[in-house]
Amino acid sequence: MISHFARSLSLAAATLMLLGCGKSATTEQNASADLVVRIGASAPLTGPQAHLGKDNENGARMATDEANARGIDIGGRKVHFELISEDDQADPKSATIVAQKLADDKVSGVIGHMNSGTSIPAEKIYSDNGIPQISPSATAVAYTAQGFKTAFRVMANDAQQGHVLGEYAAKNLGAKNIAVIDDRTAYGQGLADEFIKAAQANGAQIVAREYTNDKAMDFTAVLTAVKSKKPDLLFYGGMDAQGGPMAKQLKALQLDAKFMTGDGSKTPEFIKLAGAAAEGAYASLPGVPLDKMPGGKAFSGRFVAKYGPIQLYAPYCYDAVNVMIAAMQKAGSADPEKYLAALANISYDGVTARIQFDAKGDLKGGAITVYQVQHGTWQPLYTMAANSAAAH
Amino acid sequence: MEILLQQIINGLVQGSIYALVALGYTMVYGILGLINFAHGEVVMVGAMLVLSSLTAMLGWGIPPVLALPVSVMLAITGCMALGYGIERIAYRPLRHAPRLAPLITAIGVSIVLQNLAMMIWGRDYHSFPQLFANTTHSFGGAVINDIQIIIFIMAVAIMAGLMVVVHHTRLGRAMRAIAENQHAAQLMGVDVNRVISITFMLGSAMAAVAGLMVSANYGLAHYYMGFLLGLKAFTAAVLGGIGNLRGAMLGGLLLGLIESLGAGYIGDLSGGFFGSNYQDVFAFLVLIAVLVFRPSGLLGERLAERA
Repeated sequence: MISHFARSLSLAAATLMLLGCGKSATTEQNASADLVVRIGASAPLTGPQAHLGKDNENGARMATDEANARGIDIGGRKVHFELISEDDQADPKSATIVAQKLADDKVSGVIGHMNSGTSIPAEKIYSDNGIPQISPSATAVAYTAQGFKTAFRVMANDAQQGHVLGEYAAKNLGAKNIAVIDDRTAYGQGLADEFIKAAQANGAQIVAREYTNDKAMDFTAVLTAVKSKKPDLLFYGGMDAQGGPMAKQLKALQLDAKFMTGDGSKTPEFIKLAGAAAEGAYASLPGVPLDKMPGGKAFSGRFVAKYGPIQLYAPYCYDAVNVMIAAMQKAGSADPEKYLAALANISYDGVTARIQFDAKGDLKGGAITVYQVQHGTWQPLYTMAANSAAAH
Repeated sequence: MEILLQQIINGLVQGSIYALVALGYTMVYGILGLINFAHGEVVMVGAMLVLSSLTAMLGWGIPPVLALPVSVMLAITGCMALGYGIERIAYRPLRHAPRLAPLITAIGVSIVLQNLAMMIWGRDYHSFPQLFANTTHSFGGAVINDIQIIIFIMAVAIMAGLMVVVHHTRLGRAMRAIAENQHAAQLMGVDVNRVISITFMLGSAMAAVAGLMVSANYGLAHYYMGFLLGLKAFTAAVLGGIGNLRGAMLGGLLLGLIESLGAGYIGDLSGGFFGSNYQDVFAFLVLIAVLVFRPSGLLGERLAERA
């Protein structure tokens, strides 16, 4: 009995000591009146897109870690950045819960969400709480079209991307009969719609319009239905978790059509999942290729050394955090009310682009690059200024 | 016509995987009246085990002819141990608790397994190595490849084997006896705990094979793959009549066919009003219709009543 009591007592003491140590360590670090600035980040960390979500988190974390190591002054005070990363499961309902939690945590800004379908419902909550939100990768047109002053993005939108892809398919690849499949998310559907507009404007015909969802694995039924329409190109609006298997099943069904998709599938994971069938597939990604950007190569070197290969949006997250910090420095405050105006007028040279926002919060200018899988890697084919498409 | 043939092939291949997984649900339900929602995750663990042991062995230079059977055996053994463990830890202590308790535990086990798999194997997709030239055969305009043929034959063989075990062995008789009346079976000298453990292990072994099939067919494995598959297989089991082995097989094949034919023709039949996004809705509509008119499923409910 006594020994039992003594044991639990010593355990409690040890726990207290541990807690105490942890506490004193953090307070010591911030003891010199360091201002703690919390930045929220949200992406799907579980579910079929978890690999992309983790990549986003890593990109944001690298930016805050580097800023902390560098030592940043805001308004004459030394600042310590704290990243609060939340899982939104790529689910619009969860996204609003996460947004409320981040607002309750009094974050100074939010990097996210990853998907358009989650960024759009969350933005009202951020706007109501006056929290600036920079999405690294939400590309749906609707994201910045709702008129919220707090919503920004560091990537060209789907109207621009769909336009480039549709034109490329019809003009450069000479596709006449195009089949389109999307995953019924805000992103996939939006991109597919814009693609169709541009392809039709350039003389191509849409012979089939089919759908799947962002959790599916089997597309043989839909692809068989598409096969009967004899398309020469298949466009998929959605993420790599579906795009990869779809490209593979396309080949297995001996459907002889080119495969084209958007930024959500332009990943190493797509090539892994599609296997040999990935060869020759086309995809686009906003921005110019990373190694052509000043600082891009150095960034990817540092990132790969720390976290392994870049999946997709990590550089955009990295830029989003840095542009937010730059705005705070310019305004001399991490208070959302004060730095929001500075953010809207910022000009910052990131690793993905020179970041300037237009009145809606969209990235000004920018470019879109079309890639193709050649010998098992994505190779840039051609870069087009997104400006020409921005009018749509 | 060739499109119809192709859709039937698609449906049968997909359906035979559903059927194999559905058998795991139905066996446990038939004997315990419990829905083992963790079964889909066992399929996922099976796929992951095959994949990681296979990749490791190929890396050591072991030829595929040897590596594949060894890794499949490893996965089957691993899943059997897992099935035994799940029953022993999560279900046995609750065997006489109200029915809601083990159901909630089952969901809990499923979440735990999913997250454990995420910690062990990570969030990335794992691709299945190409072991042999997967030749595609074409007849009447439709195509089918070697892997799909093997999946179908294996599934049918395993289901036939299970029928033999349940209807023509001592173990099978014990299983049916427990399904009919657990207490009476115990009084007759049936070791109830042992038989239930074996049932779980059998179901898990089939889940491991199903996991192998899914990852070989789609060329991928992911910690999340068990969730939707489990849900579909459960639907198939209910469709055929949960607790009924033949029902699970019929339900699985039928669900596969409904899905592929539904997705393939719904757009054309409704003049474009419904698209293939209604694929899942279609499958569940059929389920609702069956349950309204035949509440116990197509072939009736429990294992024992049919045996």
